[in-house]
Amino acid sequence: MIGRVVQYAVLFVATLFFLLPVYLVIVTALKEPSAITLSSTWQLPQVWYWESFVQAWTAFLPKLQNSFFLTVIATLLSAMLGSLNGYVLAKWRFPGANIVFPLMLFGMFIPYQAVLIPLFQFIREIGLGGTLWGLILVHVVYGLPITTLIFRNYYAEIPDEMIEAGRIDGAGFFGIYSRIVFPLSVPGFVVVIIWQFTQIWNEFLFAVTLVSSPANQPITVALAQLAGGEAVKWNLPMAGALLAALPTLLVYIFLGRYFIRGLLAGSVKG
Amino acid sequence: MNWFRNKDTLYGFLVILPSLVLLGIFVYGFIFQTFYTSLTDWGRDPAQALSANPQIRFIGLENYRELFTGFVDARFRQDLVNTFFFTVFFILGCLSLGLGLAIVLDRSPKGEGFFRTIFLFPMSLSFIVTGTIWRWMLQPQGGVNQLPTLVGLPRGEFAWLTSREQIWQVSWNDLPFITALVVSAVLVFIAIAAFRGGERRRGYIASGSAALLLLWALTLGRSLQPLPFDELHGFNLAFIGIILAAVWQMSGYTMALYLAGLRGIPEELREAARVDGASEWQLYQRIIFPLLAPITLSAMIILGHISLKIFDLIFAMAGADNAPTDVPALLMYLTTFRANQIAKGAAIGMILLLLVAAVIVPYLYSQLKSEVRR
Amino acid sequence: MRKLFFALVTAALGSLALAQSGKLEIFSWWAGDEGPALQALIDLYKKRYPNVEVINATVTGGSGVNARAVLKTRMLGGDPPDSFQVHAGQELTGTWVVADRMEDLTPLFNQEGWMNRFPKGLIDLISYKGKIYSVPVNIHRSNVMWYVPAKLREWGVQPPKTWAEFLTVCQTLKSKGLEAPLALGENWTQQHLWESVALGVLGANDYSNLWNGKLRFNDPKVVAVWNTFGRVLDCANKDASGLSWQQAVDRVLEGQAAFNIMGDWAAGYMTTTKGLKPGEGFGWAPSPGTAGVFMMLSDSFGLPKGVKNRTNVLNWLRLVGSKEGQDAFNPLKGSIAARTDSDPSKYNAYLQSAMRDWKSNRIVGSLVHGAVAPESFMSQFGTVMEIYLSSRNAQAAANAAQAIATQVRLGQ
Repeated sequence: MIGRVVQYAVLFVATLFFLLPVYLVIVTALKEPSAITLSSTWQLPQVWYWESFVQAWTAFLPKLQNSFFLTVIATLLSAMLGSLNGYVLAKWRFPGANIVFPLMLFGMFIPYQAVLIPLFQFIREIGLGGTLWGLILVHVVYGLPITTLIFRNYYAEIPDEMIEAGRIDGAGFFGIYSRIVFPLSVPGFVVVIIWQFTQIWNEFLFAVTLVSSPANQPITVALAQLAGGEAVKWNLPMAGALLAALPTLLVYIFLGRYFIRGLLAGSVKG
Repeated sequence: MNWFRNKDTLYGFLVILPSLVLLGIFVYGFIFQTFYTSLTDWGRDPAQALSANPQIRFIGLENYRELFTGFVDARFRQDLVNTFFFTVFFILGCLSLGLGLAIVLDRSPKGEGFFRTIFLFPMSLSFIVTGTIWRWMLQPQGGVNQLPTLVGLPRGEFAWLTSREQIWQVSWNDLPFITALVVSAVLVFIAIAAFRGGERRRGYIASGSAALLLLWALTLGRSLQPLPFDELHGFNLAFIGIILAAVWQMSGYTMALYLAGLRGIPEELREAARVDGASEWQLYQRIIFPLLAPITLSAMIILGHISLKIFDLIFAMAGADNAPTDVPALLMYLTTFRANQIAKGAAIGMILLLLVAAVIVPYLYSQLKSEVRR
Repeated sequence: MRKLFFALVTAALGSLALAQSGKLEIFSWWAGDEGPALQALIDLYKKRYPNVEVINATVTGGSGVNARAVLKTRMLGGDPPDSFQVHAGQELTGTWVVADRMEDLTPLFNQEGWMNRFPKGLIDLISYKGKIYSVPVNIHRSNVMWYVPAKLREWGVQPPKTWAEFLTVCQTLKSKGLEAPLALGENWTQQHLWESVALGVLGANDYSNLWNGKLRFNDPKVVAVWNTFGRVLDCANKDASGLSWQQAVDRVLEGQAAFNIMGDWAAGYMTTTKGLKPGEGFGWAPSPGTAGVFMMLSDSFGLPKGVKNRTNVLNWLRLVGSKEGQDAFNPLKGSIAARTDSDPSKYNAYLQSAMRDWKSNRIVGSLVHGAVAPESFMSQFGTVMEIYLSSRNAQAAANAAQAIATQVRLGQ
């Protein structure tokens, strides 16, 4: 009995810890700028003020579009490549694959500060400096390790007998992929796409260094600049934070199961 | 081409080749180039720093020497100390909160799915969003500091992100000595464990190197003085706020890991223990925690490399200029893109890489080795 | 005949201007309260060249701390904005001009007849090896102390004339229950305070000698600056790092503090945003010990090499340097025009007094705002400040500053 009480007490306190910031964001975003004072931080707004969202929406709409464009293309490309790579590493192990795979995986853990300067120069040299395409390339490449890993582990579950059966039917490397492996990949793709979508949408370091002209800014950079500047009026950053969080939050709420699978796959074995 | 079993394996290789080439360039090529840059003087001469075709000279390890023993780079050294404390408390916070929540949720309370959703949702947010939110939460005279007033207590006075208070100070000159002591203590521990487990060779190696290290620490290590004066570094209290926000964001992750682990423990095992008369506490202590140990290790490593790389959260929460909450990842950005000291920025990037590699490489090695065995 | 010729040329130019189209991207850190001034300039530009699409790229953050990092990634990344805001002086010449990133604007100055419209000293600041590289739009003063006259009367104190006096006044105010008589904000405002203290303690000659290498940073005189700075800091609020400069000014207006040392953009903020009347709602004096000295900084715009819309930029620079442009911009910005022929009647009481001082005072350049030291020194000066704030050791800070000065070859 006491155990039960303690259990629910823990849950209650933890819920408070996780939800208080959410309450504060929503309440602040809905207050008039002049009604936001430090001492009345926690009170409900006296007048519900929706204008902040309108303002944040008009200011952030182009940045949200940038983020969508960037995220969708980079996610799909890295998922496709990851699927093919995973297929190769799971079913067609070429000589040296055992060495190559860990070398690939290391790429997903490196601190990007260690490649930032040459990367920056490289993107400029190939003529993609300051463009979203440059950022897409970077996200696709640095996304390869994780997408390859998830697909490789996923395809490892496909019995080798199925591949053998395909070969006996006369299918080759590509035939087996398109007729047997790819049709079975839908859950794998869902996991990878959700994972990459969240990662790329939320990314900041590459975005702030590689794409700094406001026309091409993704949402995270715009939000950091709005809040990091002389933000005396907190309603706007809070409304902006909600807008920036919404896409990944929706994905999480509706596809949470797959999101968690991607999370767990991040710790290598899955 | 008889290296390949058949045409299909060759196709496989050709399909993966572009990815390998890209990663080869983007990871290893660029790391090498950063390393080379870190050995030059790029940025010391303002006329060359931002020029389109900079002329740079090779100066060896000078940038590294300055970072660790130079007069001006005290901030870098404090940043290393900051990262250390941040990593320790961040991991501790995530593990304990995550484990606690997982245990509670594992007992299937009412509304389990609801609670799980709540504890995990911050994981889907960007560090920038979290940082923005917590920046507001931790305003010196508002947010968290106002919470006590809701129940009639006086307002909190802690200057969350800007406090300059520092505790547990040690002199930079004592660090080699202290590090040697700590490492040899760990080695001794490993040696004891190895002897107990009957792995004698391992035990001898570990105890031997511990003895050598101790010998070095007590003789040469004591007299090694990187700096001509005492420079004190400690735990910046301003980091408490950052740790809080980071734990808020990431503890759901450890919870998910632990929960998956707990659910994987067969019910029969628990039943058997209960039949044997084990109390609930003994059940956890003897059976469940040991089974969760590998998960703890994985989580520590994943969280550890995240905390070493932490950048966006602090950028959004305290700003890039707030020295009390600075870390090397942030300093690299400032050094390169604000102070134009590009070579020195590269050196900081390399040190960061070494730190992460020290955590990740053994982990990858053991993970993949055990997989092959399997 | 000449008149007719000119008329024809002007007409031709006018039609050319009308035909001018494309884009123009202006990069600056004038957001929020300083935004309307820039907008006035952009509106004028749009009136002249309606077919040009103006992109207003601002990066917020006081004194351009964030903007400069962003600008650098853009310049290095081969995506230069068409024209960017840069402080006249070493921030321009010692950073961008020496790196061969800017176009020579001397022909533009000759063409527009600007050589004798801008003060000689200012043109020197934007010149490198005899060539001119940017168009200054305004002059700000860094060494100003702000207060509310009514409050000072209430507390029975006078604005202090020296730093020693300031410390006495500070004690008096503290004894009257004012916890932090000096309002201070985030990092760069602390450095801003430092330069005022340095000027007040060293005097104009020695202050200038710091930048030409004649006075070393580890000289006992400069160590004394750090000591005074430390005592001044003891009069300031403890939560400084969390406040923007506007919030620090607010502290003075709300009576939580008596003084604030800030550049005269604070006057713009107090008049435009807060609706206060200069001299009544707020008062000002040169920061202690600096009467008769005008520590200046100037915002300017340049033409980076390799921009996409060169003609549009040249037109923009023509507007920025024109009397019309400067008199539209400056009254809103709270600064005085860089040109010497502006119309005083368009400016408020504070700015008129600044104009008089600008003409009569000894002129020195600001450190924090890019006039006297290259960016490589300035951005590392933040580290020196950290060393001082964490150790409160004046000698250590002085040594570190000298080490950086040597490293970046300051004054050579």
